[in-house]
This record gives sequence, C-alpha cells and structure tokens, in this order.
Amino acid sequence: MPTTQENWNPGKAANRHPEATYEEKERLFLEVKNDVRYHDFLYGCYECGICVSACPSARFYDFSPRVIAQAMAREDVERIYDILTEDIWNCAQCFSCVRCPRQNNPGGLITILREVSLKNGLQESKDALQGYSRVIYKVMLKGNQVSPDMLQPDFFPDWGPWVQNFSQNMHVWRKAIPMDSIRGLTDVAWRVERKTLLELYTIWFESGNMDIIKELDESLYDLLVEVMQEELEDA
Amino acid sequence: MTTTVEQILERKSHPVVRDASAAPTDDMHECLLELEAKGEIVLQRIKGDYVEFPTKYGRKKKIPIEHTWHHKSCGHCGHIPGYASSILWLHRQFNLDYHDPTDQTSCTGWNYYASAASNAVGQAAVMSRNFAAAYETGYFPLIHCGTSFGHYKEIREQLVHHKELRDEVRRILDKMGKPLVIPEEIVHYSEWVYAMRERFKERQLVDMSMITATVHPACHYYKIVAEDAIYDPEIYGGQRTAVVTALLESLGINVADYSTWFDCCGFGFRHVLVQRDFTRSFAVLRKIETMKNEVNPDLTVTHDTGCVTTLDKSQFAAKAHDRKVGIPVLSDAQVAALAMGAHPFRVVQFHWHSTDWRPFLEKLGIDWQKYWDEFQGDLELIRSGQKSGITWEDADKPIQLTA
Repeated sequence: MPTTQENWNPGKAANRHPEATYEEKERLFLEVKNDVRYHDFLYGCYECGICVSACPSARFYDFSPRVIAQAMAREDVERIYDILTEDIWNCAQCFSCVRCPRQNNPGGLITILREVSLKNGLQESKDALQGYSRVIYKVMLKGNQVSPDMLQPDFFPDWGPWVQNFSQNMHVWRKAIPMDSIRGLTDVAWRVERKTLLELYTIWFESGNMDIIKELDESLYDLLVEVMQEELEDA
Repeated sequence: MTTTVEQILERKSHPVVRDASAAPTDDMHECLLELEAKGEIVLQRIKGDYVEFPTKYGRKKKIPIEHTWHHKSCGHCGHIPGYASSILWLHRQFNLDYHDPTDQTSCTGWNYYASAASNAVGQAAVMSRNFAAAYETGYFPLIHCGTSFGHYKEIREQLVHHKELRDEVRRILDKMGKPLVIPEEIVHYSEWVYAMRERFKERQLVDMSMITATVHPACHYYKIVAEDAIYDPEIYGGQRTAVVTALLESLGINVADYSTWFDCCGFGFRHVLVQRDFTRSFAVLRKIETMKNEVNPDLTVTHDTGCVTTLDKSQFAAKAHDRKVGIPVLSDAQVAALAMGAHPFRVVQFHWHSTDWRPFLEKLGIDWQKYWDEFQGDLELIRSGQKSGITWEDADKPIQLTA
C-alpha cells in the first residue's frame, strides 16, 4: 500500500506486512545497520526535503528519499520493511539526494537495503530483477556490462528504426572502428584477456558475490559456477 | 549566526574562490599519504606532465596530460564507440603517449547500481584489480566512464576509512599476486579534456560560433564524492562544475542555460535496461523538452556514457506523443574531435546516434553526405573482404570538413 496523506503516520509505522514476523523484519534491519558503510551514509535528518526535490524517482513514483532517511534514523522496523519490499527498486541511483545538508546518502542506504534484500531472497527483489539476469551473466562472465549484440529490435523497440538498422549492419559497423581493443567485437564491449577474466572470477568467489547470485537466481548461479570453475580449473 | 538573503545574493554575485583550509571534508590526498606511510597501500603517482585545477572546496587536483591508461567504459565501447575513439583520436593528434589496455574489466558499477548483486568487498576488489593492472604497466589511469569515476571515488573513501575492508581486499589481491594500489588522483577523461581545451582551440578547423548548446553535467561525475569535481571561478562563477561548459566556450559555442540542469538524465541503471518507461519520461519531460522550450539548442553535450545513451535514444518514442524533441546528443570529446577535423563516421561515429544529427552538421557547413558516402565505401571494402577494418591509419588525419 502506498503511503498517502490519509495513512501517513508520523510515529512508528503500522504492520502492513503481517506475512513476515517482527523478529524477521528486525533481523533484516540489523543486517542493514551492521553494514560497514551504514554510519557513513546516515547522520540524521532535518526533514528539509532537499533530497526529495532533487530526486527523479520522487517525480514519477510514490517514493521519497526523506522517508527512507527518517525511517532509518528512527529505526522504524515496520516502515523499513515496507521500504525493502515496496520502494527500493524505484531509486535511480543518481545520487542527487547527496546534496543533503546533513551529509546523508539516501542512495547509499538504498544500495545497502537492496543488497540485504537480495542476500535474503526477498521475492519482491527477484521480481524487480526479472529480465535483468542476462546482464548479470554478461558482466560477471565477460567483464563488460553491455555488448553490441544486446541491441536487438525486440528488446529496444522504443529506440526506433535505428535499432533495426544497427542490428542489420552490426558486424560491419563494428569492424569500422579504429580502436584495436574493440574493433570487430560484437559479443563484448572490448577485448578482455583470459588472465584478467580469471582474476575477475576469483573476486566473485572470494568476495561472497556468488552467494548473492545463488539467492537471486539459482539457475543463473549454476550456469556461472559451471563456466567459471571450469575456466579456473583449466588455468 | 543567521545568513541573510542579502548575504547569499552578494556571495553569488561574483566568482567564488574557495579556501581549501576551510573544506568540510577529509583531504583524500593526506589520507592516502598516511596509508602509504604505514605500508598499507601502494600510492601510484603521476609521472610526467600534469596540470593542477581547483576542485569544489578549493583543493587542487592534478590532471595528467599523457602516459595514461585508458579505463574504458562498457557503454562507450558497446553502444557509442565514437565516444571512446574520439578520446583516443584527440590524444593521437598531440602525439600523447597512452595505453589502451585489454587487462581491464568493467568497474561493474552499472550492474551494482542496477541490481546490487554484489557487495562492498567485491566492488572494491574489482577496482583494486584494475588499478593494480594499470600500475604494472607504469601508465596512470584515466577513467572514461562517469559512473566508474564516481564509484571508484566512493570505494576509495570506503577503503580509506575501513581497515577491515582494506584487509579483505588485500587478501583477495594476494591470490593474484597483486598489491593494493590506489592512484594519487582518480581522474575522469572530461577533466583531461578540460585541461586540453585551449590546445584544442589552437587546432580548431571547424567554426562552431553559430551553434547553441546545452550542457548536461553527469550526476556520477559531480554528485558522488562531490568535492573531487573541477570547479572554476570563471565558469558559472564557480557555482557548478566547469568541465564540458569550459570546453564548449573555448570552441566558441554559445552555452545556453536551462532550469533543470541539475536533474539527472533518467538513466536509472536498471531502468534503462528493463524499465524504460521511467527513463524515457524523465529524459524527455525533465531534460530534452525543457531545453527545447527554454533555449531550443542545436545540440546538447554531456560527459558520461549513460547520459548520452539516455538523452539520445529516449527521444524517438516521445514523437508518438507529440512531445518537443529532436536535440542531437554528443559527448564533449566528440565535439572537440569534430572541431579539430575528425571524420564524422570513421572517428566520431555519428551513425551510432539515433536522434537526427544531420541538421547540426549542416548548420556547421559540413557536407555529411559526402563523408557518409566515403564511409560506405569503407564498409563495402570490409564486406567484400578487401579490408579487414578501419584502422588509425585511416582515421588519424584531420580533414577540412567545411569549405
């Protein structure tokens, strides 16, 4: 349920998500609070609304970085759970909100909330990232976020006839680029050495990143682990 | 003590030169020197020529001129290759030594801001691996992507302030036989463009004085770790970042202001890939249409991957709703290269941009059809197998684009 003038409660929020126990909600909040970055991102809140006035998502969604900073500062466990399940994926992560006069970083708080949400397998986050898995696969395995061959008319119809034109000419256009590191490549943005990719895979395993992927999408996890482990063993 | 409105208006009525000793944040240079002295990090220093410029709170930032390691951008190389090739073309025009590495991964920041499918340790380790790879070559990192630049600055702060994070990253780097390296400055390419702008002007071949442009400053350049962006008292009175605008003014372009300059482009990281209704709406309603209504520019110029893509590609669908669109979008590097006679297609690669750029080139007096036909000839040779691709040998030489 979105927060409106009618249901806005300036005290602690009501329990809008009885499907989760208070203890579970509190555990998730403490996981956020114990992140090493938490105290760098939250110092208090004047309720001045500067963050909201700068926020692009506040213009298009029922979304407020001020409410997030407030709920965090008050340690309002119920409202933080509402935010976890309803709000965090609306943020554009532009960090316009860091013009906060108290030096808060609501965008950074949202990053931590998203991480905790994924690590704990919250369904709302899985839903928000539906369709995005192929990008995670690309960046973790190839070391590039995007590639030319992702520009297909089916995925980007709103970009107009240019996408069709590009798609038909992709292979020859890619050869007509003077940079050695990207010329001719269509499945990656630039050429990444195998040694470099093996080091990247080592980072994913050693940093605990793979555990997050496992919670998010088990089939993506299986696919990534199979390819990465085979490559690391071959090396 | 209360600050009166009169005091604020007075302060804003003249260029602001800030006193670095009154800066409200830690000086990262000093923090890094302390960590180096304790043997916790390897501090990579700039070798060779550099120029110093003031940042937001009046501190000085060194910008290296050459011997740079080009930390490429996923979005540039994947979807706007003329952006990256223009940056390198500009280096080549001045015979500046650079390295275009393949021992580089994405910063993976786009993915992190889109999905959070990583963590602080993973992100810091990716950055540190790339910096160690640059250090091994002896070249100094020059970051092409605004998000990589902002993300790395934020990670640098986290590494400086959290020993447990440094220890964990060092443990991972040990497995690769790499030290924990942090460069003495994290430098965005648009800062290099800013440093080089007068040299570009000396070699300018295309008159741009008839062009009116708007500037979209990239959020991750100047909002994340805000104190590390370049501010110049001569540009906007030192009240906004100077990069991009200073270049355009040097090239004789009329920079027109508009009310929503502070707004982001609408990229959204996840949104631009899987929820573009937000991206399109914001880019058109808050940026493009506002520019069109208020100053009707010939061009809008920015300095980051996502901003070029979002502002350019979002305009097509809005035509169905009779919105006021139709502003071509370029990066500062592409504008500088074009001004110096870079081939519009072999170097600037206009054909990867979708909002109609032809009126802009025509206003400059550039016969784009002639160069497009020439480029089509290149493509035919590639298709027939007579040529494997375009090389710097084909692209390096500046051309007299206007009669």
